[in-house]
Amino acid sequence: MINLLNYISLILMLFFLGILGMLYNRKNILLMLMSIELLLLAINFNWVFFAYYFDDIVGQIFAIMVLTVAAAESAIGLAILVVYYRIRGTIAVELINLIQG
Amino acid sequence: MYLSIILLPLISSIFSGFGGRYFGKEGTSIVACSSIFLCGVFSWVIFFEVGLFGSNCYLFISPWFHSGNFYVAWSFLFDSVTVIMLIVITNISFLVHLYATCYMEQDPHKPRFLTFLNLFTFFMLILVTSSNFIQMFVGWEGVGLASYLLISFWFTRLDANQSAIKALVVNRVGDLGLCIALFLIFYTFQSLDYEIVFSLVPSFLESSIYICGFNWSTLNTISFFLFLGAVGKSSQLGLHTWLVDAMEGPTPVSALLHAATMVTAGVFLLVRCSPLIVYAKTVSLFIALLGAFTAIYAASAGCFQYDLKRVIAFSTTSQLGYMIFSSGLSLYNVSLFHLTNHAFFKALLFLSAGSVIHSCADEQDMRKMGGLIQLLPFTYSVMLTGSLALVGFPFLAGFYSKDFILELTALTRFTISNKLQINFIYWLGTFSVFLTAFYSFRLLFLTFLNKTNIPRPLIYSVHEAPILMLIPLIILAFGSIFLGYFSRDLFIGAGTNFWGTSIFIYPSLFSIIEAEELPLSTKFTPFFFTILGISLALISNKLADKFITKIQLTVVGKKISFILNKRWFWDKINNELIIYPIARFGYLVSLVNIDRGIIEFMGPYGTSKIISNWAHKAICIQTGQLVHYIFFMIVSVFFLISFNHIILKSFFELKLISLFFCLVLFT
Repeated sequence: MINLLNYISLILMLFFLGILGMLYNRKNILLMLMSIELLLLAINFNWVFFAYYFDDIVGQIFAIMVLTVAAAESAIGLAILVVYYRIRGTIAVELINLIQG
Repeated sequence: MYLSIILLPLISSIFSGFGGRYFGKEGTSIVACSSIFLCGVFSWVIFFEVGLFGSNCYLFISPWFHSGNFYVAWSFLFDSVTVIMLIVITNISFLVHLYATCYMEQDPHKPRFLTFLNLFTFFMLILVTSSNFIQMFVGWEGVGLASYLLISFWFTRLDANQSAIKALVVNRVGDLGLCIALFLIFYTFQSLDYEIVFSLVPSFLESSIYICGFNWSTLNTISFFLFLGAVGKSSQLGLHTWLVDAMEGPTPVSALLHAATMVTAGVFLLVRCSPLIVYAKTVSLFIALLGAFTAIYAASAGCFQYDLKRVIAFSTTSQLGYMIFSSGLSLYNVSLFHLTNHAFFKALLFLSAGSVIHSCADEQDMRKMGGLIQLLPFTYSVMLTGSLALVGFPFLAGFYSKDFILELTALTRFTISNKLQINFIYWLGTFSVFLTAFYSFRLLFLTFLNKTNIPRPLIYSVHEAPILMLIPLIILAFGSIFLGYFSRDLFIGAGTNFWGTSIFIYPSLFSIIEAEELPLSTKFTPFFFTILGISLALISNKLADKFITKIQLTVVGKKISFILNKRWFWDKINNELIIYPIARFGYLVSLVNIDRGIIEFMGPYGTSKIISNWAHKAICIQTGQLVHYIFFMIVSVFFLISFNHIILKSFFELKLISLFFCLVLFT
């Protein structure tokens, strides 16, 4: 028996966990990237669940595309992280404040 | 000729004003004097044509305003009242011009002075010859302007500038009253022409105007506001403070201002509006009372002044009080008669005072004069003539008009029902005769007859004025002596038809014939008071001066003379109660709180400050911290979503979720 509310709650919890992970994280860009992965995972899960729930294949196609984009994004993100670390010698988020309003 | 009498002063004024620097003192003097002389000659001719032969003249020049019912034209009306005013204005103005050319000989700005004098005469002529109220108002404001320019003629002196501003502003209070009167006249009569307004007056006897929740009698209201204008211009009690300060101008200006032109305009207005005011019984009584109060006030304040010109200025105010109260008792022709006589002897007094000041090296304080009879016998004789005419010595000019005013006032007790007020007015007037005699002769004693107080170096240079200054004095002295006797029958003779339709007096108020039947004691009362005043001056200065001085030095005497010298503290009270509060209000409320406060805060200053404040706050949001950016992104995403749902009126739980999320974030 598939309970809609249970699944949606799980997806939302995952999503909010990702967001909170980004917000409460001050020290580490790596954790931020991981949180973004978690967000994308929650979205993917959403796609897949609703593709099954509405019996529509488009959701699964989108899930695969998001998977691809997520892979590319994390690769570029990690590359930037590495470059940044080489220059600054740190990956603390709170120290990236050179540009202020 | 009728038009040239008006235009000649203007042309001459423009000539001296714009060409004065090319034509010099002599050129402008000749042009100014000759143009006014021509005016004087023309005014006599007009007097013969209009006044004696009774051919009133109405000249239409051109339309001025035309809008709906409102139609005003440039047009001139020459009737008996105008003619009398013309003679007074142009002749005395000519004599003053002649005097001024000599008196102002040393002044580098003489062309400017003559320009302003001509301008003054021009505006006064416009005032008296106009045939509608609007054109009269042009002259009315014009003489105010010209008096401002003339009083502040020596513009480097602070006193002159201050008193000129005072003259203009205090006059403007009265002018506001006149403006309101004109509005009401147009509202009521739908016209501002004399002929239309005055012919319609009897049909508005019972009508009323609705102002401020009350129904006011139309004619009373209009007359009251007209009188308010006259109060300002003729310096009656309440707005009288400017006239004495107007002494700061050169002496010929004072002569012109006090004798022939400026202050007579108020009396002229009342006389001109006689067909209207004569029906307004309540206001007429008020006019009479205020005039009588002015007479006694100015006469008492003049008693302890030490400035030569100031004493004469107070006598002007006092005499104007007589004119106004005789107008209030509907004795318009007597009022005009007194105006004419007064113009002559007051011009004489002022010009001879100018001669004294001129010879004493511009010293105006009477305490520093004395004994001048030895050095200036001619000036003394003309000044004695003027003073005797002023106090109403028998068979001089003032006697015929002033005593007659008092006789008629005594008589009016039997014709007007308000017996008590008329009695009051009569005794005020009579007592101010006494004071007038006292201060006039006090002036003569202090200046000419007492032992001298002139400093030794100065006394060698005291000299009689040059002949050009003496000629006007001679002519005016002859006028002061003979004018009353010769023109008595013309002005106020029983059954004179000189006035025609120009003055309207209610038949039941016409009491000139009955005046012949008054008991001899009433007729002699003013003369008795005059003699009393003269003898008091004689006693206090010659016979028992030690004794009188002792009385004056007691506590009460000191206080009384101090209060009178300070003009009853009227200026002080004015300043404390009216001027300072208004000035403070103007500064604190209008300027600081409203202009610089509310309007600026609501307006440009406040808006720019708010915008820049908010911009600073918006800038502070962008801290540079990545986390904060993410937070704002998420919050705005939730905000947009929930906003969308609020618009769509469907409350989705996403809003609740976002609320919960925000709570989590901020705790």
